[in-house]
Amino acid sequence: MNFGIFLEQVPDGDGTWLMSLASGLKYTFGVAGFAWIIAFGLGSVLGVMRTTQSKAAVALGNAYVELFRNIPLLVQFFIWYFVLPGMIPGVKKWVISLDPTTHQFVTAIICLGLFTAARISEQVRAGIQSLPRGQSLAGLAMGLTQAQTYRYVLLPVAYRIIIPPLTSELMNLIKNTAVAYSIGLVELFFRTREMGEMTFRYFEAFAAATAAYVVIAMVANRVMAFIEKRTAIPGFISGGTGGGGH
Amino acid sequence: MGDLDFSFLASSNTQAYLWRGLQYTLQLTVVAAIGGTIWGTLLAMARLSSFKAMAWVASAYVNLMRSIPLLLVIFWFYFLSPALIQWVTQADRPPQIGADRSAYITFILFEGAYFCEIMRAGIQSIPRGQVGAAQALGLNYWQAMQLVILPQAFRNMLPVLLTQTIILFQDVSLVSLLNVTDFIGASSKYAQGTGKIVEMYLFDAVAYFSMCFALSLLVKRLQKRIAIVR
Repeated sequence: MNFGIFLEQVPDGDGTWLMSLASGLKYTFGVAGFAWIIAFGLGSVLGVMRTTQSKAAVALGNAYVELFRNIPLLVQFFIWYFVLPGMIPGVKKWVISLDPTTHQFVTAIICLGLFTAARISEQVRAGIQSLPRGQSLAGLAMGLTQAQTYRYVLLPVAYRIIIPPLTSELMNLIKNTAVAYSIGLVELFFRTREMGEMTFRYFEAFAAATAAYVVIAMVANRVMAFIEKRTAIPGFISGGTGGGGH
Repeated sequence: MGDLDFSFLASSNTQAYLWRGLQYTLQLTVVAAIGGTIWGTLLAMARLSSFKAMAWVASAYVNLMRSIPLLLVIFWFYFLSPALIQWVTQADRPPQIGADRSAYITFILFEGAYFCEIMRAGIQSIPRGQVGAAQALGLNYWQAMQLVILPQAFRNMLPVLLTQTIILFQDVSLVSLLNVTDFIGASSKYAQGTGKIVEMYLFDAVAYFSMCFALSLLVKRLQKRIAIVR
């Protein structure tokens, strides 16, 4: 084992291996950050749709979730990266005009964003449905419109309830960015493999990546636990992640 | 869209090639689901054990596996498996083991962490009184687990275990990135050889969707049946 390898220069690169991994980490966070915005926004809309009275909205939301949950993420990456430009000439023209890294970056964001949206919509739906029916009826009885009932009564509580599962989804999203390696995006896993292949220091490279992912998971857990605590409604027993037993 | 040509799928050579890939995918899924459930159940028992050290080690293992990407784990075990097997069998030199076989080890050990959490919830869903009752009847720990707790935990968690298996079935596609000829690996190789990339991946998406959707409907029906009996 030789951890000095991280301070050695990358052949025909401009920096050490440590910097190469750090630049991969930047892409991992970049993709995860933008994809989270899409996933959270779209997932919330779909989740709300699936709790409304409208049969069409429920069916559309359900269809979306089934579609994105029943196709492997890897295949979804191939669809967005190879199939879409191959089928629609307009997309192909646009894609060719892009820098390859930009193309991979945008593809990864769209793919992971739409994939994660299906999972978040499940959580949002479950959060809303876990509230007693009386809450929404009370909102309507007070003269709020349906939209206002969601905005002021249901969602503020539902989002608080689902903070723990949303934490897992955020973690899953960060881990899933590694699949973008399949389309050649230079994220953390790509850089790790590259380092292993060029230096034959697979153990050191993989150990560094593992450590990075574990630290990310621990930090994300702490941050979300902090948010959960800060947003807790006084007097409510939070579902929480801790504890156990009966 | 008009110039898509799916006629290559009618060729029996293509079908045989893709079928071999699918067979590998199914085989790996079944072995990993069974192995992962056994390993996961042992981990869950360790996590719930009153031996603090064992509980700690098991939960550290589960948390580690759950915080790193599957792709990284697949590559880890691809490089580590030979050394691991050498250590277990005390052989003179590490065995030659391809990515297609190291994947079995990877998926059992990786999915075990996820199955552990399911089984832990299953074991915890059994009222504590049952453990006491089993002890009062004179059963020891293993007998109580085997005869009283685990059969009920499995039954309650069966739909969740099967749902996790569907996810596992999809996750197997990642081994194609190590050049293994699973269903996606076979498709990719075929697509790159013939240039039928668009058609092939569309076919893969439809094939996976139909299989996973059908399986998830079956799981839903099973869930309803179990719920009524309970």
